[in-house]
Amino acid sequence: MKLTLLRTKTLDRANPLRDIAKVVPRPLGGLARMIPWVCQLILVFAALAISAPAQESPYIVTYDHYLEEPGSLEVEYFSTFGTQRGGNDFHAFWAEFEYGATAWWTTELYFDGQTTFNDSTIFTGFRWENRFRLLQREHFINPVLYIEYEQTSGADKILKEVEGHDVEADYADPNAIARQDHDHEIETKLLLSKTFNGWNIAENTIATKNVTGGNPWEFGYAIGASRPLALKASARRCSFCPENFIAGMEMYGGLGDTYSFGLHETSHYLAPVVAWNLPSDWTLRLSPGFGLNDNSHRFLLRWGVSREFSGFGSAISRLFGGRQ
Amino acid sequence: MKRTMTTATRRFGFVITSAVLLAACVGTATAQSDHSEHEKYKYKNDALVYAELAKAPKKAVARRNPLESDSDAVLAGGKLFDQHCTECHGELADGTKKGPSLRADPVQQATPGALFWLLTNGVVRRGMPVWSKLPEPQRWQLVSYIKSLNPPKPAATAGEQTLQH
Repeated sequence: MKLTLLRTKTLDRANPLRDIAKVVPRPLGGLARMIPWVCQLILVFAALAISAPAQESPYIVTYDHYLEEPGSLEVEYFSTFGTQRGGNDFHAFWAEFEYGATAWWTTELYFDGQTTFNDSTIFTGFRWENRFRLLQREHFINPVLYIEYEQTSGADKILKEVEGHDVEADYADPNAIARQDHDHEIETKLLLSKTFNGWNIAENTIATKNVTGGNPWEFGYAIGASRPLALKASARRCSFCPENFIAGMEMYGGLGDTYSFGLHETSHYLAPVVAWNLPSDWTLRLSPGFGLNDNSHRFLLRWGVSREFSGFGSAISRLFGGRQ
Repeated sequence: MKRTMTTATRRFGFVITSAVLLAACVGTATAQSDHSEHEKYKYKNDALVYAELAKAPKKAVARRNPLESDSDAVLAGGKLFDQHCTECHGELADGTKKGPSLRADPVQQATPGALFWLLTNGVVRRGMPVWSKLPEPQRWQLVSYIKSLNPPKPAATAGEQTLQH
């Protein structure tokens, strides 16, 4: 809501139409609009063509306490299709490069974009995320510290996390207006997670601050539970073995900000999640999400494909003359 | 009074010097022991990772592999090993710069429970991630596979080589 008001202010001038005309981005051509779809198709076909498996969690918003294996690079592509009341539906997407720097530190780079139907396709910013494992061994609850810097425009719609008073109406503005807002955010999370009897239970507490201007800290949460369909691995290599599928549920939403902490004017989602860990380090994820109150998008459909490249660090090291 | 102080200072100096020498001797001995321990293995990190096995709690060490009698456990463990472990431990599990040999004595002589504990907790400081994300039965399958590996044959001595020829 706050964001909407802010955006309205930026147009509150003598001739708002002229201003809009100046900033309206030239919509990308038909071919360019198809880029995300083509990328997805290529990745999906490649995933199906190559047969060997990662053990990735099915969560799209929630984080568990497992980090990327040291030296491995995971390349991920995710999409979010969202319905929008009072505006056009959208398809937001992001590419993610996740690298295991050490066994206790994982670093990630995101590039975000979105297509608002009947509007335009635009690049909306980048994020740099770091996760640090705080304890050396497994404990009853395992904490991980998450620190992210993000530089995104107000048109960013990937909904990677929901925080503060984020509500559906914030996403109704045309791209031309929304992209005028620029956020420089520091986002911190405390990730708590535990795995027992095959079940993973994870809880994330989020605190975010837009460092431009005197914005308050905004809060949010994400919780998730998941379990592989089978706990024992089968002796043969297979794509459709039940242990390759992990299913679960996640729930996420905002908790207000330092000025008004609580559930007032916040949005919340419940989303079943499923991951298919294909042999060959490919993972496919699917998650239909449902808004739980009137402030939420009614429906979010998320899907993603990722591929892990083991030994990426060693390969780069060798490239520059290092020894294996 | 001055003489007393001097004596005290001398004694103090003697004690300090002795302590420093003792520490140096102990340090050198430990370093030599560590050094020789390291030299036994291919890479410096190996001994440090093996040493973690000794840190497994007694209760964990005593745990039996519930899949001991499962004929498929070794096969399934081998498959899991290919998927998750070869990058660091090598395809033959004989170790790389990133991870120690699993055919070495410290691993082969460890109890299944100790190996399971190490898999679960990892050795994060030494680069081995925690593997509790694999369900418990899969970790036991991995243990079955690791225990099925034959230790490397000791290198033939010069005498033995002569006899063979």
